[in-house]
Amino acid sequence: MTDHLLEVRDLSVEFHTAAGTVKAVQNVSWHLDRGETLAILGESGSGKSVSASAVMNLIDMPPGRITSGQILLNGQDMLVMTAEQRRQINGCKIAMIFQDPLAHLNPVYSVGWQIAEMVTTHGGTRDKAQARALDLLRRVGIPEPELAMRKYPHQFSGGQRQRLMIAMALACKPDILIADEPTTALDVTVQAQVLELLEELQRETGMGLLLITHDLGVVAEIADRVVVMNGGQIVETGNAAEVYRNPRHPYTRKLIDAAPGKGQMPVERDRTGQPLLRAERLTKSYGAFHALKGVDLTIMPGETVAVVGESGSGKSTLARAILRLDDPDGGRILYRGDDLMAMAPRQLFGLRRDLQMVFQDPTQSLNPRMTVFQLISEAWVIHPDILPKAQWKDRAADLLVKVGLRPEMAARYPHQFSGGQRQRIAIARALAMEPKLIVCDEAVSALDVSIQAQVIELLDGLRREFGLSYLFIAHDLPVVRDFADRVVVMKSGEIVEEGPVRQIFDAPRHPYTRALLSASLDPDPVVQAARRTARQLETA
Amino acid sequence: MTDTRIQSDPKPRGPFTTWLSMLWADKLAFFAALFLLVALLCAIFGPWLMGDLATKQNLRGRNAPPFDLARGWLMILGADALGRPLLPRIVVAAQNTLMVAGAAVLCSAVVGCGLGLIAGYSRKRAAQWIMRLGDVIMSFPSLLLAVIVLYMLEPSVANIVLVLAITRIPVYLRTTRAEVLEVRERMFVQAARVMGASDRRIIFRHILPVVLPTLLTIATLDFAFVMLAESSLSFLGIGIQPPEITWGLMVAQGREYLTTAWWLSFWPGLAIIGTTLSLNLLSNWMRIALDPAQRWRLEMRGRKND
Repeated sequence: MTDHLLEVRDLSVEFHTAAGTVKAVQNVSWHLDRGETLAILGESGSGKSVSASAVMNLIDMPPGRITSGQILLNGQDMLVMTAEQRRQINGCKIAMIFQDPLAHLNPVYSVGWQIAEMVTTHGGTRDKAQARALDLLRRVGIPEPELAMRKYPHQFSGGQRQRLMIAMALACKPDILIADEPTTALDVTVQAQVLELLEELQRETGMGLLLITHDLGVVAEIADRVVVMNGGQIVETGNAAEVYRNPRHPYTRKLIDAAPGKGQMPVERDRTGQPLLRAERLTKSYGAFHALKGVDLTIMPGETVAVVGESGSGKSTLARAILRLDDPDGGRILYRGDDLMAMAPRQLFGLRRDLQMVFQDPTQSLNPRMTVFQLISEAWVIHPDILPKAQWKDRAADLLVKVGLRPEMAARYPHQFSGGQRQRIAIARALAMEPKLIVCDEAVSALDVSIQAQVIELLDGLRREFGLSYLFIAHDLPVVRDFADRVVVMKSGEIVEEGPVRQIFDAPRHPYTRALLSASLDPDPVVQAARRTARQLETA
Repeated sequence: MTDTRIQSDPKPRGPFTTWLSMLWADKLAFFAALFLLVALLCAIFGPWLMGDLATKQNLRGRNAPPFDLARGWLMILGADALGRPLLPRIVVAAQNTLMVAGAAVLCSAVVGCGLGLIAGYSRKRAAQWIMRLGDVIMSFPSLLLAVIVLYMLEPSVANIVLVLAITRIPVYLRTTRAEVLEVRERMFVQAARVMGASDRRIIFRHILPVVLPTLLTIATLDFAFVMLAESSLSFLGIGIQPPEITWGLMVAQGREYLTTAWWLSFWPGLAIIGTTLSLNLLSNWMRIALDPAQRWRLEMRGRKND
């Protein structure tokens, strides 16, 4: 019975829903010491956020109910405290930062006011609060802190907003900082910077850091110890490097194996002959913002070309231009030698079949009011020459089996599926057109790691079976490593480097590619530690 | 024909029973539907059954109070200023009331929704014209417009429907347009466009089903508004002309006796409230029943009751 800073003992939480009682977490125990970083690792639905929500008193009761357990802060059970006592602890002793900072910053107040408010709520004077806010802004690395005090949340970039959230969380010098997926919404280079900031602040203040994440790379970068959760239970706990080297539980092993970027890279293909698709000097501007500044791209039949870049690099604009969802301002797009831009709508309609797209978020790209069968067969309603109506049912069942679903699922609606299954439905819908090229716009980035691996495997299998080509758009380099033939790296509307996947990963030439590679997090803590030292040497 | 359908449908519960059990799962909606059914039957058969009774004057029974069985069951709700029994009058008035309100709501909803879809989906000049037209109608006080039009035209049922429909168009027009603007940017609309879907297919298959529940809710609320608007027109003497009757007209006629004979306005008022309340409850049920992601709420409760 040692004194831990925060200890959760035998915690069980239930939610009463329409489908019955859901046991969100069962008999979960973990502890956090001063100056330590504990990561709770798990996929969506594993219950990884629930225990942290219980600590912060964020569980809505009802429908939630804590059925057993204790939460001890410095040996005192928080679950028996009054609401007022809990409020005093929240934000003051324990602070929290969230995945989406824009949703948690009030858009109508200046950020300086919001940070100062944290101090005054817990009994500081206005002047002291202002001074503290300025201090914090400087500390978390916001440029020109005096000016930033009077700015509003929308005037900052995503990474800066997360820094603002951290500043707010630190306003009362908390003993514990809980970070719920703090970097998931950020670009890789920004993610590295934010994690570095968290580490520095922890060293300075000696607070305990509880990190909730789905990303093995984040664990490798920052965590001392890790708790792996699955289905509401802790399956494994221990030293981060130790767990990675010797995973004892099959689930942990599966999770580590599913991490992208470890397989064989494909060999370079022969690139002679007529390309399937060729984009030449594409340009597109939105007002004064140039999204594409003369981009050239070639896709051969049966080839997978990955376009990698951070947000704002123009990669999605490129995809939309190729599908003619948005018309580019200049340049040519040649499909098997025919110019798509010069085509009449009637000709283009025929070509729609050949070029299909799988979107990032299957929840939004499937019409919620249509059954799976209606979604898949819509392709044949629009293009009646593909398949006679009598065969629709059989073909839809075929396609569902091909993407790893069961034929009887055709009568269900999208909301009755999980995220990974929905993406499979979206892929089946694209396949119903019998396309030649599928554009995947961040098609796997919204999915859990193990699901991600399955979907990529599925895409890879379909490529071999149907001779498909893919234009694969991603913000993350490891995902494309074992899947793409060629990689195109984009930055601010331009291609900075292009080449076979081996060349990009083994011998990157452009500094930006190198920065992207070194910023992406390796799931192996030892490799990650080596990278970190290399990075620090570089900056020093 | 029914035989083949039953054979091809092996499920023990046909679609009709499924819907009925879903309606039974929401008791309020069930009784609302029952009330509306009764009102509808009154509207269809009322004038044919009680048409003569409703206009028969009996000056000895002027403003006869309700719940007095001595004068016969027709007088159970009392009688009006000319001694006409109120119960048959309400039953007979159901036809005109529901016809005027129903036709006006239907016309304005269809026209407004159609124009709204065009205005929201196309970004051309037509959209601008439609919206400015809506603004013109909105900026004109609807009652004033009605007075002018009905003064120039003959006050008949068709003209009243026309006037009421025109004044209510902007409500549907603006709501539809706003929703379409949002829905058209959703990913599944983009996905349909990638598949090569025609504009007509995108509008009717993908956008309209998402917008429809909102419009249904507005339409039921509007039903009450139109009934009251019709009664104020009738009160001004340019609406329904006596001896034709509507509930709104009955409320208006009873106004001068409010202090001495409250029942003259009360019973037709109750009929108006009952109808709008029922429509509201039913539209609330329909919103859930039509949404596949929400439907389980009704299906689950139905199971529990078994």
